[in-house]
Amino acid sequence: MEKTIIPIGPYHPLQEEPEFFLLTVEGEKVVDIDVHIGYNHRGIEKLSETKTFDQSTFLIERICGICSTSHPFAYTRAVEDIIPIEVPERAKYIRTIIAEGERIHSHLLWLGLAGHFLGYNTVYMWAWKLREEILDVMEILTGNRNNYAMFKPGGVRRDIKSEDIPVVIKKIDSIVSTLEMLKKAVIDDPVLHARTKGIGILSKEDAINYCALGPTARASGVARDLRKDSPYGAYDKVEWDMIVTHNGDVFDKVVVRVLETFESIKIIKNCLLNLPGGEIDANIKDIPPGEGIGFIEAPRGECFHYVKSDGTNRPVRHKVRAPTFMNLPTYKATVIGEDISDATIILAAIDPCYCCTERMTVCNTKRKKIYNGKDLIKLSREKTEILRNKMGVK
Amino acid sequence: MSIKLKALLKSPWVFHLSTGSCNNCDIEILDCLTPRFDIERFGMLLVGSIKHADVLLITGSGNRKSMERAKRLYEQIPKPCLVVAVGECALSRGMFIHSYNCPVPIDKVIPVDVYIPGCPPKPEAIIAGVVKLIEKVRKSTEKK
Ligand code: SF4
Repeated sequence: MEKTIIPIGPYHPLQEEPEFFLLTVEGEKVVDIDVHIGYNHRGIEKLSETKTFDQSTFLIERICGICSTSHPFAYTRAVEDIIPIEVPERAKYIRTIIAEGERIHSHLLWLGLAGHFLGYNTVYMWAWKLREEILDVMEILTGNRNNYAMFKPGGVRRDIKSEDIPVVIKKIDSIVSTLEMLKKAVIDDPVLHARTKGIGILSKEDAINYCALGPTARASGVARDLRKDSPYGAYDKVEWDMIVTHNGDVFDKVVVRVLETFESIKIIKNCLLNLPGGEIDANIKDIPPGEGIGFIEAPRGECFHYVKSDGTNRPVRHKVRAPTFMNLPTYKATVIGEDISDATIILAAIDPCYCCTERMTVCNTKRKKIYNGKDLIKLSREKTEILRNKMGVK
Repeated sequence: MSIKLKALLKSPWVFHLSTGSCNNCDIEILDCLTPRFDIERFGMLLVGSIKHADVLLITGSGNRKSMERAKRLYEQIPKPCLVVAVGECALSRGMFIHSYNCPVPIDKVIPVDVYIPGCPPKPEAIIAGVVKLIEKVRKSTEKK
């Protein structure tokens, strides 16, 4: 059969970010897929080198608006790893609370968008209405709906007031009942079953081979969660369960995310009730030369930061690896062989975040040579030599 | 008032264009559609194609790759149209002003009618901005 190429994007109604998909189809079947990104690239890793360690936190927050806690969390852990320093207990709890609040809002946001992609706008409206409640909670705790600016190397920037805690707990309890309803409506819905069950299956082997992370991997039966495997913050001090399902299709990814929001609510409540007293900041003075890594479980999977310091107040190298970077290639395993009509939801099922993933590589094409420092010095010496000979200088 | 402008102000359909943003502004724009803010009651609707739009909402810091596309999209929008820049990035490139990939502010490339500051602006601010823009256009045409 004849192959047709369907271009989608970069500006399309499907997702709020610009990205470009090339679907090669034979009739209705997708036989190949290619993703072009780069419409969101802002050169954050390079910019981070021009800012001080404290200023960078705000920049890192703006890598991605949805994971605006995960990135600073991983970054501050990397900076603390250079020194190394232990964060005060209270700060750990507050960090955990904020990170889980973000997980809830991110999962609900995805659930809404997934409903929207399926043409099921009721879910979209419901989920986003519920998300507003969580944003209210975050506004009470941090003063901001998004971009919370709570993190700093060594602790947190703002304390949780004790009079806010009962208000927040009451609000969270009211969210649970609505969430229960939403869960029943989504998980038991025959229409959603028909559209998502058995579609875009990522097998366990593929999940491991492609190094899938987070809910994408957990939906395929890979029981990996940094919060359990390598606990940080207050995750080892509160009770919660890791959600793992085994089918790997889109429906299971929905289930994992919906059930995870309940666990997050549990964690937030536990942390708020057991919030220890004391300092919230370890008051870091100097950052010695060295390297540090920070990793946390973001809503989409493991988020990894590497920071190198040379003893000044600015990082000399900052490397970010966002979870979508690893999850994106699983398209090759999930989309190929499916119908075009299902491709949209499968593309969305990993909860892609392209602005986290954008990076730039300088490629060595045939025409242009790329020079490094040594080459430049060599060139410069050669030229000086030529000039000397020309002018007859010895 | 010309009939074109009158029709445009009655129910402005909005197209949203992201030129290298952090997603937050885009999500706050989508938020305006959802039950709590519900801009559809003012006749505003987010449309999927630029050819159906009356208002262009631009977010993001204008990165090299997407700015070319943005220019092309601006040429496709039916005129008269209104352009709204949402967020600090779209105003002045905000945090990314020194980046190698964000060479010029958006309003050097596309004429902007209204600026909505904030990082990200709250949905209330976005709605207020669009309403102010409509008021302004209505007043300026009524005087003539
Ligand atoms: S203005 Fe702020 S929130 Fe909006 S896209 Fe830019 S960095 Fe993100």
